[in-house]
Amino acid sequence: MVELALPKNSRIRTGKTWPKPEGAKNVRKFMVYRWTPDDGENPRVDTYFLDMDKCGPMVLDALIKIKNEIDPTLTFRRSCREGICGSCAMNIDGRNHLACIYGLDEIKGDVKIYPLPHMPVVRDLVPDLTLFYAQHASIMPWLETKTNAPQKEWRQSIEDRKKLDGLYECVMCASCSTACPSYWWNQDRYLGPAALLHAYRWIIDSRDEATGERLDDLEDPFKLYRCHTIMNCAETCPKGLNPAKAIAEIKKMMVQRTI
Amino acid sequence: MRYMTDRSRVEGLGSAKAGTQHFWEQRISAIALLFLVPCFVFPFAWHLGEGYEAVRAAYAHPFNAIVAIAFFVTVSLHLFQGLQVVIEDYVHGRMGMVLIISTRLLCTLLALVGVYAIIKIALGA
Repeated sequence: MVELALPKNSRIRTGKTWPKPEGAKNVRKFMVYRWTPDDGENPRVDTYFLDMDKCGPMVLDALIKIKNEIDPTLTFRRSCREGICGSCAMNIDGRNHLACIYGLDEIKGDVKIYPLPHMPVVRDLVPDLTLFYAQHASIMPWLETKTNAPQKEWRQSIEDRKKLDGLYECVMCASCSTACPSYWWNQDRYLGPAALLHAYRWIIDSRDEATGERLDDLEDPFKLYRCHTIMNCAETCPKGLNPAKAIAEIKKMMVQRTI
Repeated sequence: MRYMTDRSRVEGLGSAKAGTQHFWEQRISAIALLFLVPCFVFPFAWHLGEGYEAVRAAYAHPFNAIVAIAFFVTVSLHLFQGLQVVIEDYVHGRMGMVLIISTRLLCTLLALVGVYAIIKIALGA
């Protein structure tokens, strides 16, 4: 059953307000979700102030500055700082995005940072994505062939390769899936936009020889058909991809093979 | 605490190998209703408030009667399929099952009552 209110132990309270930097003229307020499994306390939102004249331009720069200079206990994932590893996805100013490629100048007023919505939290801004990764693994994200492997590579025409554009760029940051209400309510059964985008990437790969099996696996009222074209996935994708379109294409293929 | 791997949770009971027919039927009934709703509503509204004989004469016309029957059958199918999706989205477990069964029965009843009423009026009982 859908829960519209947070459980008692997840309700967010006001946390610590850290002092403003001395002598700073260009100060910005950051409100960051904090939770640790160690103390049995409810989550809280801590307030930090940064001197923007001494801070990099991206949200991730601000988080690193907070961690390095104010509060070393602040926990978040990050790696490449250029939008290719997908580690630093979080809910920034109400939108799921990669902190490393989200400019602070794109946000009006205070910067509010929460973990990706509706996922178990490991600590602070780190969500537990193990189910999300298992969903990705379940769609067999690799080339499946029955023909004997060729002497050289599996060949593909330029036109067929172009069909993978807009799909292969996904970095599995989970922004789309965690922005999807269908995924919030049914993530134990619905594969979610990211896994389905990857599924489509392999379904339309001209070299793949398991298209039928892939479609068979997805033909399910929950795995695929929980998508109601809400389009939050396309709206939020930090890479500008359109998982909703990929899902619609899968549905079209499902119909195509029955009529 | 259940010691299930995440992969096992994702696999669940496997694919139901169903869903496409539901999806496709819902689209076809939606297209049909684009035509059926105005064709049913306009004659209905036109004769609203008139006497029994005028309404009977209107539905004695095969076009009006067939459209009205098609409307009741299609709208109850479309209604059930739409509500089923909403229930599956938001209500899980035994309660979801109870709601889906009740919705199906109510929608079937709606179709039966509508069809019976139209036949009764059209044949002038």
